[in-house]
Amino acid sequence: MKFPDDLKYSKEHEWVRSEDGTAVIGITDFAQDELGDIVFVEMPEVGTTLNASDSFGVAESVKTVSDLFSPISGQVIEVNISLENEPESVNNSPYDKGWMIKIKMSDPQEINSLLSVDEYKAFILESK
Amino acid sequence: MLWVEVSKDITIMPSLIKTPLYQTHVDLAGKLIEFHGWLLPLSYKSIMDEARAVRERVGVFDISHMGEVQVYGRNALELLQYTTSNDVTALEEGRVQYTTLLNDDGGILDDFLIYRVGVERYFLCLNATNTQRAVSWLANQALHFPEVEVKDLTHHFGMLSVQGPNAEALLMKTTKTDLSKLEYYQFVICSLGGYSVILSRTGYTGEDGFEIFCEWRETPALWKLINNRGKNLGLVPVGLGARDVLRQEMCFPLYGHELNDDITPYEAGLGWLVTLEKEEGFIGCEVLVNQYRHGVKRKLVAVETVGRNIARQGHPIMVGSELVGEVTSGTMSPTLNKPIALGFVNTEHCQVGAKVKVSIRGNMCDAIIVDKPFTQSNVKKKPKT
Repeated sequence: MKFPDDLKYSKEHEWVRSEDGTAVIGITDFAQDELGDIVFVEMPEVGTTLNASDSFGVAESVKTVSDLFSPISGQVIEVNISLENEPESVNNSPYDKGWMIKIKMSDPQEINSLLSVDEYKAFILESK
Repeated sequence: MLWVEVSKDITIMPSLIKTPLYQTHVDLAGKLIEFHGWLLPLSYKSIMDEARAVRERVGVFDISHMGEVQVYGRNALELLQYTTSNDVTALEEGRVQYTTLLNDDGGILDDFLIYRVGVERYFLCLNATNTQRAVSWLANQALHFPEVEVKDLTHHFGMLSVQGPNAEALLMKTTKTDLSKLEYYQFVICSLGGYSVILSRTGYTGEDGFEIFCEWRETPALWKLINNRGKNLGLVPVGLGARDVLRQEMCFPLYGHELNDDITPYEAGLGWLVTLEKEEGFIGCEVLVNQYRHGVKRKLVAVETVGRNIARQGHPIMVGSELVGEVTSGTMSPTLNKPIALGFVNTEHCQVGAKVKVSIRGNMCDAIIVDKPFTQSNVKKKPKT
């Protein structure tokens, strides 16, 4: 299972990549493996304002359904529309093709409160 | 929900029963889950890919959790005729019959297969979840008959299912028995690669295929043999997840979802398993006679929701503001590439084509009642000439 060093992680198993005030958000390799075959990702509208911990959508897998939580506050500026036809990208490429939303961060300091890769790995081991 | 959380390490839970193929599943990195007390693979790689492999090529399932029970003795036929809904007198030696075991109210205690092995010898294949209580139920009823024994052989048998268009070609590579002559719901006691098995042309997928009962300790060797012979036929191991998807596409009921103690065969669309004309009657028949005459209040239907959200067990089915039913199973169909569901709906709203709504986590989603099954059956009903 892969967990890139340059990302921040949440306890709800989302990852965040910070790019000049924008946060790219998706779910981790661990989360996609737990969910299994993802067949639908329900996304927010562009322009939606989210507070940290708000639900921004839903991931349907064959066996279960899971809410998606934004680890970051801000406004949704883009959603990954390719997931509409290829939701399996979340399984095959969780950190790249499987990204979900981009948020214009309202508080760029917020990202520092998220978990580092080592903290996230430790968190997964604990929760097992 | 059917599936428990997989994140916990459940392999260390001592109360769970391991099938003879437990180590095989671990070696294949199968995702193990608890299923009615058994430790079984949910999937090996992808549920959807495994389901497609069965529709297009062939798959092999470990279903050793299924119950095996022998009923034998001079009154074996009378016991089964009295406790099950189908007409067991019509079951010939070498053939298999699908039936239901009912309580006094006509509710389904289990749905299972009866194999007629001999004149006074029957072999039942039951749901794992119901095996113990079905055995107790049958043993209690057997007290009313002078000569019949009910014996639970679940832990003596492993069970494999080989399903898909290439299933016959695959198994023909392991046996001298001409399987092309074996009809749907017929069985044979034969040798597969030197292992003695009971092999029936049955399944739970809607594809041509076979179910195989073998000795518990010989199951790993037989699994290995089948996997080796199946390599160039596109064989893949298939887990419970795909098994559930495939049976939903065919609208086959699953106990605990479409069937339970409070649901009768007529409600569940299993009226074809009921023979009301039995001379001595059978347990539950009074209620069924009444339902046959006056109709049932609810029926099992197939539902397609609009959009990509999946309706799942427990979701309410509505017409306007009126609650008219409830979803019992739902999944994404890999064959149709859209969400499908099964559920019970009040009879006045259950016509094919009726527009309903399903409340999926609070959102009212448009849905329509459609013909059963969702996908066509490819089972082989006639022998090759």
